[in-house]
Amino acid sequence: MTSPFTRTVELEVNGAPCARTINVRRHLADFLRHDLGLTGTHVGCEHGVCGACTVLVDGQSIRSCLMLAVQAHGKQVTTIEGLAPSPGVLHPLQAALHKHHGLQCGFCTPGMLTTLVELLNTVRNPSADEVRIAISGNICRCTGYEGIVAAALEAAEVIAASKEASK
Amino acid sequence: MKPPAFGYHDPQTVSAAVHLLASLPNARVLAGGQSLMPMLNMRVVLPDHLIDLNGVAEMSGVSIREGLLVIGAMTRQRDIEFSDSVMAHCPILPEALLQVGHRQTRNRGTVGGSLCHLDPSAELPCLAAVMDAVIETASPRGRRQITFADFASSYMTTSLDPDEIATQAQFPLWPQGHGYAFLEFARRHGDFALASAAVLMTTDAQGRISRIAVALSGVGPAPVRMQEAEQGLLGQVGGADLFAQAAKTCASLEPQDDIHAPAAYRKRLAGVMMRRALEKAYGRAARQ
Ligand SMILES: Cc1cc2nc3c(=O)[nH]c(=O)nc-3n(C[C@@H](O)[C@H](O)[C@H](O)COP(=O)(O)OP(=O)(O)OC[C@H]3O[C@@H](n4cnc5c(N)ncnc54)[C@H](O)[C@@H]3O)c2cc1C
Ligand code: FES
Ligand code: FES
Repeated sequence: MTSPFTRTVELEVNGAPCARTINVRRHLADFLRHDLGLTGTHVGCEHGVCGACTVLVDGQSIRSCLMLAVQAHGKQVTTIEGLAPSPGVLHPLQAALHKHHGLQCGFCTPGMLTTLVELLNTVRNPSADEVRIAISGNICRCTGYEGIVAAALEAAEVIAASKEASK
Repeated sequence: MKPPAFGYHDPQTVSAAVHLLASLPNARVLAGGQSLMPMLNMRVVLPDHLIDLNGVAEMSGVSIREGLLVIGAMTRQRDIEFSDSVMAHCPILPEALLQVGHRQTRNRGTVGGSLCHLDPSAELPCLAAVMDAVIETASPRGRRQITFADFASSYMTTSLDPDEIATQAQFPLWPQGHGYAFLEFARRHGDFALASAAVLMTTDAQGRISRIAVALSGVGPAPVRMQEAEQGLLGQVGGADLFAQAAKTCASLEPQDDIHAPAAYRKRLAGVMMRRALEKAYGRAARQ
């Protein structure tokens, strides 16, 4: 064991294992951005209210400004950089967001997407209300949310149809 | 907006956690971090040591025994929301939990963390009040049980000793067929409520209220049990007039003005939430 002020963390980020020795007060968002260079995770408020920093930890959406990087030891983290299945191919949610003008400045977008990925993984055919409740903790200053809701509903259909086709 | 420097400790057992808390200077326990991390980032609290309870497996889990729903302090709010046995035995809990923050905060936030943080508008303390929950704790002096009424001593302050942690909450179950309702008013979904009402009741074959508990939050430093209203409702056949009359007992509440709402508005809102919760719970109660 190292000193109580630094620790070595080993985790999996977007499918790739990584290990770093860090100061224990580093929150997960800063770890992803500064230590790993994954600047797709955005930091808006750093006190849990805006949702921009949302990432998936073991498949569950969490606010990465409210989790210490040391607490992610041994876990699987998925960030916005890990959503697309391969370079040049968008995740159905990303494609739908593009089509429905679900983003303008893009600041809230990584948090919206990671939050909605968890929703679509757990609820097959969400209603518009369910989508609105799911993103109630994500603040967007630009879009007025309509395009984001439309995109989520369309992505849910696309995902359901592709699951049906691959049966 | 970065946490201050602190030493980090991640004990795996309750006794190790309590030992650390008793021996380290200016130490604080970390549960889900959904209230403590914002306070650290804003440097409202400046601990020298953080004792992370997330590795203490014995502190999480849900069980039902001898008429009690026992919830480990480190059980995630999410796990209560999706628990079939909680839904079957104590449906007011998931009804209230859906209004605690957002999916992202419930994935990390814990039951014990919310009870210990004791925000005056929080849902879980209101539930603990309406259900007469008992909090079990651990300290170097051993374990003890504290009724929620004694646990919630004042504004955001529990009766825990500085070297004591909450290990579980025990909620006495109501009989099958009881009526329940948790209603709140918040400006946006997931915001802290301006006022909330929790009601549990049973009714007899004639529709008379045979047992009742009413708690409100957002209207004082800690959740309040509306004992005068409970007494007035007991033995009566439910109805719009009766419930409107009961809600008038809110006149005795003394909420504070704050940036979210003036005191008079909170008081009025509390009455409306209480009346509606009584109607809903009465409609759900089996006549038995
Ligand atoms: C955007 C947002 C919205 C929210 N909305 C709501 C809401 O609508 N309603 C609501 O009720 N809450 C809300 N919360 C707060 C809720 O999510 C927290 O989960 C809860 O208040 C604290 O639980 P925690 O497990 O995160 O505890 P932490 O933040 O880790 O700890 C809170 C406090 O309790 C102490 N503590 C924790 N566990 C123990 C223990 N076992 N023994 C002794 N002391 C302990 C800690 O030292 C700390 O002082 C919200 C939070 C955010 C970020
Ligand atoms: S930066 Fe984490 S919620 Fe705003
Ligand atoms: S697109 Fe600008 S904040 Fe949402």
